[in-house]
Amino acid sequence: MGVEPKVLRNKVVAAPKSRRTSNRVLQYMDWPTVLLYFLLVALGWMNIYAAVYSPDNVVNILSFDINSGKQLVWISAAVVLIVMLLVVDYKVYEHLAYPIYGSIILLLLVTLVVAKPIAGSRSWLDLGGGIRLQPAELAKFATALAASKFLSSVNLRQQRFKDQMILAGITLLPPVIIILQNETGSALVFAAFVLAYFREGMSPLLLIVGGTAAAIFILTLLVPKLYLIIAITLLMGLATWLDYRLLKRFKTMILLWVAVVGMVFSVDFFVNNILQPHQQNRIKALINPEADPLGYGWNVTQSKIAIGSGGFWGKGFLEGTQTKFDFVPEQSTDFIFCTIGEEHGWIGSTVLIGLFMLLLIRIVSIAERQKSVFARTYGYCVVSIIFFHFLVNVGMTIGLAPVVGIPLPFFSYGGSSLWSFTILLFILIAIDANRSQDLAR
Amino acid sequence: MKYLENRKYVIQGIFLVVGVLFALRLFYIQVVDSSYKQAAETNAIKPVIQYPFRGLIYDRNGKLLVQNTPVYDLMVIPKEVKDLDTLRLMELVNLPLEDVRERLKKARAFSYVQPSAFYQKLSTEDFARIQDNLIDFPGFYINARTARGYPHQSLAHALGYIAEISPKQLEDPTYKGYRPGDYIGKSGIELEYEKYLMGKRGVKYKMVNVRGVEKGSFKDGAYDTLSVAGENLVSTIDLDLQQYGEYLMNGAKGSVVAIEPSTGEVLAYVSSPFYDPNLFTGKEYGKNYMALLNEPNKTLFNRPIMASSNPPGSIFKLAQALIALQEGIITPNTGYPCNQSLVKCSHAHQAPTDLSIAIKTSCNPYFYQVFRAVLNQGKSKNTFKDTAIGLADWREQITSFGFGTKLGIDLPNEKQGIIASPDMYNKVYGENRWKFSTIYSLSIGQGELGVTPLQMANFMATIANRGYYITPHIIRSIGEKGKPLPEYQKRHYTTVESRHFTPVVEGMAAVVESGTGRNANLDKIGIKVCGKTGTAENPQGKDHAVFVAFAPKDDPKIAIAVYVENAGFGAQSAAPIAGLMIEKYLTDSVSRKPMEQWVLSRKYLEIK
Repeated sequence: MGVEPKVLRNKVVAAPKSRRTSNRVLQYMDWPTVLLYFLLVALGWMNIYAAVYSPDNVVNILSFDINSGKQLVWISAAVVLIVMLLVVDYKVYEHLAYPIYGSIILLLLVTLVVAKPIAGSRSWLDLGGGIRLQPAELAKFATALAASKFLSSVNLRQQRFKDQMILAGITLLPPVIIILQNETGSALVFAAFVLAYFREGMSPLLLIVGGTAAAIFILTLLVPKLYLIIAITLLMGLATWLDYRLLKRFKTMILLWVAVVGMVFSVDFFVNNILQPHQQNRIKALINPEADPLGYGWNVTQSKIAIGSGGFWGKGFLEGTQTKFDFVPEQSTDFIFCTIGEEHGWIGSTVLIGLFMLLLIRIVSIAERQKSVFARTYGYCVVSIIFFHFLVNVGMTIGLAPVVGIPLPFFSYGGSSLWSFTILLFILIAIDANRSQDLAR
Repeated sequence: MKYLENRKYVIQGIFLVVGVLFALRLFYIQVVDSSYKQAAETNAIKPVIQYPFRGLIYDRNGKLLVQNTPVYDLMVIPKEVKDLDTLRLMELVNLPLEDVRERLKKARAFSYVQPSAFYQKLSTEDFARIQDNLIDFPGFYINARTARGYPHQSLAHALGYIAEISPKQLEDPTYKGYRPGDYIGKSGIELEYEKYLMGKRGVKYKMVNVRGVEKGSFKDGAYDTLSVAGENLVSTIDLDLQQYGEYLMNGAKGSVVAIEPSTGEVLAYVSSPFYDPNLFTGKEYGKNYMALLNEPNKTLFNRPIMASSNPPGSIFKLAQALIALQEGIITPNTGYPCNQSLVKCSHAHQAPTDLSIAIKTSCNPYFYQVFRAVLNQGKSKNTFKDTAIGLADWREQITSFGFGTKLGIDLPNEKQGIIASPDMYNKVYGENRWKFSTIYSLSIGQGELGVTPLQMANFMATIANRGYYITPHIIRSIGEKGKPLPEYQKRHYTTVESRHFTPVVEGMAAVVESGTGRNANLDKIGIKVCGKTGTAENPQGKDHAVFVAFAPKDDPKIAIAVYVENAGFGAQSAAPIAGLMIEKYLTDSVSRKPMEQWVLSRKYLEIK
């Protein structure tokens, strides 16, 4: 800028406010994250084409008849969305956090009432003209905004029970409505907020207890109960032997043991009596997909076969055979990772995992450099949501997580999911680009 | 708050642990564990083509002409072929090594993932043997389908045959949807009605495991399509009459075509020599086909519609008479002297004092003079021009009988024949350089005339109907209860008015009663036959014998044309055959056994 002629500099000064804003945004925008975003979106688009590609009937990648062509429209719309998100005054997101949250809750309730069931789920709002919206997707960023706003409020005292309950309420209200809409998968995503709250000072106990409970739950399904109880008993005995101080808390230890064993025995009841049949099947598929490869084990078996057949180098772009002809269901949406696994092999899969790792870690550092609690919390909410999707989506395709119908961020086919992640991420980018303004404030 | 900031390491740590865990898990299933790769290779869906039943063909009385019999093909999906023991395969299918390689190459060239026929029509023994060994040949399987069978060995030329689709046809967009190894109608009804007969192919997708064993249907058959059987056809052919015609013609060369005048339905369609249509259904199809193709009697030549270069001979005099009557050149009572000035009469006969006698005696000079009067009506002072004008007018009328044009029978490769035209002579002689004396032989059905046996039979149907014909056809309806085909309902009227037919019919009756066609006389059983003999000059050898007829005279039920090559006078060979067939059709029996014996003895061939 220093070498610019004086006249020009004067012009810059004379430029309208919005111009200055957009210049600043472009200058301070976190370009590595933006690049990663576009890279993932572009790779996703190519893989969506590969997923619907049929060598017997080659359709142009741009054709609106196939998913890749439609996805390009969603992507173009996402770019427009990005420009809008960046142009809007960044303070809006903080100021309007509660109204946004409130209107999304309203939208969720309206959807629950008016939506016609699609595949048993009342989560799609028909906007007419063939355009449908899934408000559950929008609930993610709205909840992230509201939770961040609440955690950054001046009067907040984290130890206060009332505040804890309000936070829990903010976080759990949307997933409860979403479960009522019969979209359990999308509801599970809200568990991700725990990670963000942990960073903001929540006791690690919840994380540890939650993690342990999940581990015991899955282990109960995989390992005979007697072995599991013996193992737990031995493990606790070992801990006591290593740290004799635990003996002083003998009663607590006994209580803990009873709780764990009680949980082990209640898992069966939970699976068989609480879960719906299709959910039971997903649990069964995780445990032993080979038991019924054409039935409930279909998705997992086919997905693993597709990925496994990719080998080290993969079969090459558009050369996949397992990911064609609907061997793997939901090929371009929830099971898009299979296409990468098959056509690009271990190398391609690992590169994709690497890209997600880079993105996640980059977002963490963006969050950490925020000066306001709101911005930081929001950043962690973003990273937690993306991580949870990544964890469950990739996990289910490789048989490490039960099948939960949630998309791979930026990658899977679908307008609602692409836009929701775009909004989620670019609100953070917008806030981050203006962090110097916060400093000045 | 510093300790809280350190929690970012915990969080980033969780991310990295998950990332590494995923990468390791992927490494395990993609690189270490090869079972997924194997599963992928064999986790195949095998499309099993459900060949539809090709439509059956019945005769007019509901007798089965064409049926389906089961056959087995050895199919191959190149993608699934693994560790192929070519030598064993060679022994198994009993083919030379190069052939096996060639067939595999062809299959691959068609599609790597889709099945194609490796070896078609296995014999029953081959089928059993191969089936037992198939477990060692992944990628190969047996597909059962049906082939054509002809229980009566009759009507080969009209029925046609089906065979594997040719590479050329495969490239033709008309045959979109056919695959290599598919069977398609190649000639006759099988070709003409292909789209009805073929039905719709279905596909069943089946899952197969490592050993090629089917593990059930793919996605509960969500992608399966059912095959739809082809439509059955009802032919107009009377199988009994057809077989009798073949019986009489066996060993002779020529054609017999019989038509029901009122409907245009073809009752018999004999092309002799004929062959057993079953020859073209077995494994030996290629060999049999080549043998017949190279046979000197041209067995495969579909004579009734393709023998178009033969002049009609004297039967053409009937047409000359009709045109002359219509033109007002003659009346039924017009007589001409049998003066033998330019054309001779082969025999001495009663003086042609009227048309009927002229027809009965087939008097050449009579029709020579009639034709001259038709052509040279003095429309131009220039005799050359006058002849050209007259010939053009005459041609227009003669073609209204279906001569010189394709009649439009529902069989492929129909020929139109030849009818002399002014253009034709202009090319040969030059304009205004030919006149009646150049072309007079047309008058007696010789010269630049070519008429197919079908056109002759249709001509008879036209006279039987007194002035119109319905396009001859060999299929009455699609589906057993189908309606008659609409394209075969229309009457095609000739340029000659109905009333002019009466004297000609009288002449034809006289021919059979007391003229040259006495061998077709059925007066004894009370059937009035009207006919006309003909002898077509044949520069290559002995003349061809022609006899055309219809019966009964009033209310005709059958019109017939018999054309026997190199058999001399029509009276001696063709007329008996026509008479026998008319009787057979109308009474379902044959009373004139000696005549039948005479025909079968072929003694007429010895008459000089």
